[in-house]
Amino acid sequence: MNGGAARVGVIVLPGSNCDTDAGNAAREVMGAEPVYLWHESRDLQGVDAVIVPGGFSYGDALRAGAIARFAPLMDSVARFAEQGGLVLGICNGFQILCEAGLLPGALARNEGLRFVCRHVYLRVENAETPFTAHYRPGEVLKVPIAHGEGRFTCDEATCERLQAENRIVFRYCEPDGRVTQDANPNGSVHNIAGIVGGPRNNVLGMMPHPERASSCGLGSEDGRRLFTSLQAGLVGRADVRA
Amino acid sequence: MPIDPTAVYREMGLNDAEYRQIVETLGREPTYTEIGMYAVMWSEHCGYKYSRPVLRLFAEYKKAQESGALENAGVVPLGDTGWGVVFKMESHNHPSAVEPYQGAATGVGGILRDIFTMGARPVANLDSLRFGPLTDARNRYLFEHVVAGVGGYGNCVGVPTVGGEIYFHPCYSGNPLVNAMSVGIVPMGGIASAKASGVGNPVLYVGSATGRDGIHGATFASVELTEESEAKRPNVQVGDPFTEKLLIEATLEALATGRIVGIQDMGAAGLTCGTCEMAAKGDLGMDIDVLKVPRRESGMTPYEVMLSESQERMLAVVAKGHEEEVAAVFRKWGLQAAFIGHVTGTGRVVVREGDDVVAADVPARSLADDCPTYYLDAAEPAYIARVRNADLSNLSEPDDYNTVLLRLLSSPTIASKRWVWEQYDTMVQTQTEVLPGEGDAAVLALREAGGRRIALTTDCNPRYCYLDPFVGAQIAVAEAARNLSCVGARPAAVTDCLNFASPEKPEGFWQFRRAVEGMAQACDAFGTPVISGNVSFYNETPDGAIYPTPTVGMLGIFDENVEPVGLAFKNDGDLIYLLRPQGSENESGLGGSEYLSLIHGREEGTPPRLELDAERRVQEVVRKAVAAGLLHSAHDCSDGGAAVALAECAMAGNKGAEVRFAVTDFGDQPWSTILFGEAQSRVLVSVRPGDDQNALLDLAEGAGIEAVFVGQVKSAERFDAAGLLDLPLARLRDAYENAIPRAMGEK
Repeated sequence: MNGGAARVGVIVLPGSNCDTDAGNAAREVMGAEPVYLWHESRDLQGVDAVIVPGGFSYGDALRAGAIARFAPLMDSVARFAEQGGLVLGICNGFQILCEAGLLPGALARNEGLRFVCRHVYLRVENAETPFTAHYRPGEVLKVPIAHGEGRFTCDEATCERLQAENRIVFRYCEPDGRVTQDANPNGSVHNIAGIVGGPRNNVLGMMPHPERASSCGLGSEDGRRLFTSLQAGLVGRADVRA
Repeated sequence: MPIDPTAVYREMGLNDAEYRQIVETLGREPTYTEIGMYAVMWSEHCGYKYSRPVLRLFAEYKKAQESGALENAGVVPLGDTGWGVVFKMESHNHPSAVEPYQGAATGVGGILRDIFTMGARPVANLDSLRFGPLTDARNRYLFEHVVAGVGGYGNCVGVPTVGGEIYFHPCYSGNPLVNAMSVGIVPMGGIASAKASGVGNPVLYVGSATGRDGIHGATFASVELTEESEAKRPNVQVGDPFTEKLLIEATLEALATGRIVGIQDMGAAGLTCGTCEMAAKGDLGMDIDVLKVPRRESGMTPYEVMLSESQERMLAVVAKGHEEEVAAVFRKWGLQAAFIGHVTGTGRVVVREGDDVVAADVPARSLADDCPTYYLDAAEPAYIARVRNADLSNLSEPDDYNTVLLRLLSSPTIASKRWVWEQYDTMVQTQTEVLPGEGDAAVLALREAGGRRIALTTDCNPRYCYLDPFVGAQIAVAEAARNLSCVGARPAAVTDCLNFASPEKPEGFWQFRRAVEGMAQACDAFGTPVISGNVSFYNETPDGAIYPTPTVGMLGIFDENVEPVGLAFKNDGDLIYLLRPQGSENESGLGGSEYLSLIHGREEGTPPRLELDAERRVQEVVRKAVAAGLLHSAHDCSDGGAAVALAECAMAGNKGAEVRFAVTDFGDQPWSTILFGEAQSRVLVSVRPGDDQNALLDLAEGAGIEAVFVGQVKSAERFDAAGLLDLPLARLRDAYENAIPRAMGEK
């Protein structure tokens, strides 16, 4: 960043429906300028960070995120991520990042087979990522979910690697922080709600919606610090721009 | 072999006199396509041929009808923000009875299009749903799939489903009600017209391609359901919310170019309705070629193209010379955009198939406006006298009031609807401040309108309407206004969805007319005009008719800087008051109550008495108290009475309560009546002792409203009332939260 407001790119795919919510959170919490990036372009317009927002890109045809990864813009996002650029995938964005191979694992149909929208509790497992630096390790957050395909799943080896490399960022938990089966809203392996990847843990995918917990009046403001962390993360990364 | 037209038009639902009128208008026998077009436009569903004379009781409707400005939905200014709110509710009952998922989904899709076709961005959906008892497998199937359809569509398009209501009653077995409401906001100057203008302007078709689905859907909606209705499954349209989402974005973007002079969605009666209504509104004609209409099936006839109710389609009139600019917006969003004709000055809708064949050539106004109107006979049904004269004075008192409360809380109509609303995205657009279960109405803070808040609710107690449609409909309006007032919003306007039996039977028509009379009077009293609505008749199966169900959707607007109030008890030691009209201590509210039905198996008596002026004053006190920041909670007493309302406040706040009703405050009525009677115009509030308490009491006294002290909020997890009820919160919660999951076989 060279002075002035950060510019946060928000990807717009056909069927994205949390794009303006993400852009609003970036503006309202980070004071950033949201830059909406059309899927057919390859130009990230020099943004400082990229959000792949929630929604039903391509109507979830085939599988959630399965078609979105072929969008021309996603090639540019992949390159940006490989260079260490900060990429945040929320809900459908997480699904897309997995489909695109930027994060391991996959998001399968919820165990209960139904769409679930409600506030859940998350435990911060890693507070040293560019997205979580303003949280305390072990802190419990109240953040909403809204998805039908949010059951994180991966093979045993991947799971071990994620744990060994401390790449599990959020787990579903009880209000007191205990990670239990009851607190798992979708059947995710090890209650995983969000993971990081990329060369510098610079890619975060999460099913819960921090942008829905970022302003007063919405029942929780626990998502705000994810965006303030992101903002702080940008300052330290002036070298990476799209 | 010549075709006998009589069989054709009768099959399509036209009667002999109507057919003669068509022949006279055209000066010749109509073509097959023309008969089809008239049949759908002159069905009750599109033409309101039976309901129109009665709907004129609604002042705004009458005004609009007379000025020719009966648009798709009305607009309510949002204070001085420069923004307006548009909202409308529509039924999709018959389709949902035979194909619940798609029936409900396309109901949501259709009402959304009514909103964004005005240039408004949809910001919220609500759904009023009614089913037969969940003890029946078919009803469970309908319930599960209707809810899935509502969610499947609304979640994908990114419009939060923030509220609604769900009732269960045997009268809806086999004939569920699915009333979808959508709310949008639009800059006051930016409302799009549905009127064709400018002779020579091109007519643009956008959205999904046309298939054979939904042909005569509107006609299907205008007859009773029978055993053969299952065969009408192909009449039910199939929804594609992904395309709808693209259509929302593309339409709003295209309207912003300023090059669209008129636009309308193609819902019921499809292209027929789109062409003739737009032309008629502009007093112009339209000339279109069906060969230019994008199709998803080959070999479709003009008749099929004109009558298809394929979803996610819009018709627009574009300023000549700007064809490509507008079409490019739709194509950018991956949608079809085809120019299929142009506006003419002839006043006729001409439907061509290529250059040589004219499939239809009819006066637009004849289709859109000349639907014959019928003044039907009305007769009070025989049951009314019986239920009215029922003697409710010698009911036995229950042995155990705890059991009664638990049974009421686990009655699916009263029980928590969490099972339903968790399947809906209630939060997308990040404007929902009061979520389902948190308050008496949904509250949204509208970012574009500077954070101005609105509140939304839908209401109708069909049992009251059965006992007395006039009073029942008034209570529906009053309860909606009360719910809005409880969160702190000023009731502003109404949309309705009038679900009734066949109007062609005098008893059915009487119920309809009485309900509309009651609703019109109540809307006048509350200053909440009916600005849009929908009529659904023929809600009957061979087993009988539904109870009259005039669903009220109401919009409330917050004054600036008023913080909304929820229903949950907040702080230990807060005092609980019951606000009610003075002199109402003897009101029992037993007639039509859930208690009387569930515990005594009787649906009799008269509905609770409603005095409109007293109701209005109670609501005003509540709103003033909310605005002054005095209240920690507010919740109206409705189904299940005061005991259920108190239990709901306790559960929502995870607080106990110690309730001390004084029997003398209730005219020495039996305890069952005090606890479970549904007397109207009553609101339970909690307030901090001391200054806030005194300020509330002063407000009430000044308005001539009684504030009856009924108890105190406690941290102890027990709900204790009058020494008659004493239950741990966990028991209440188990009954209330698990009733529907259990009924669905999941717990």
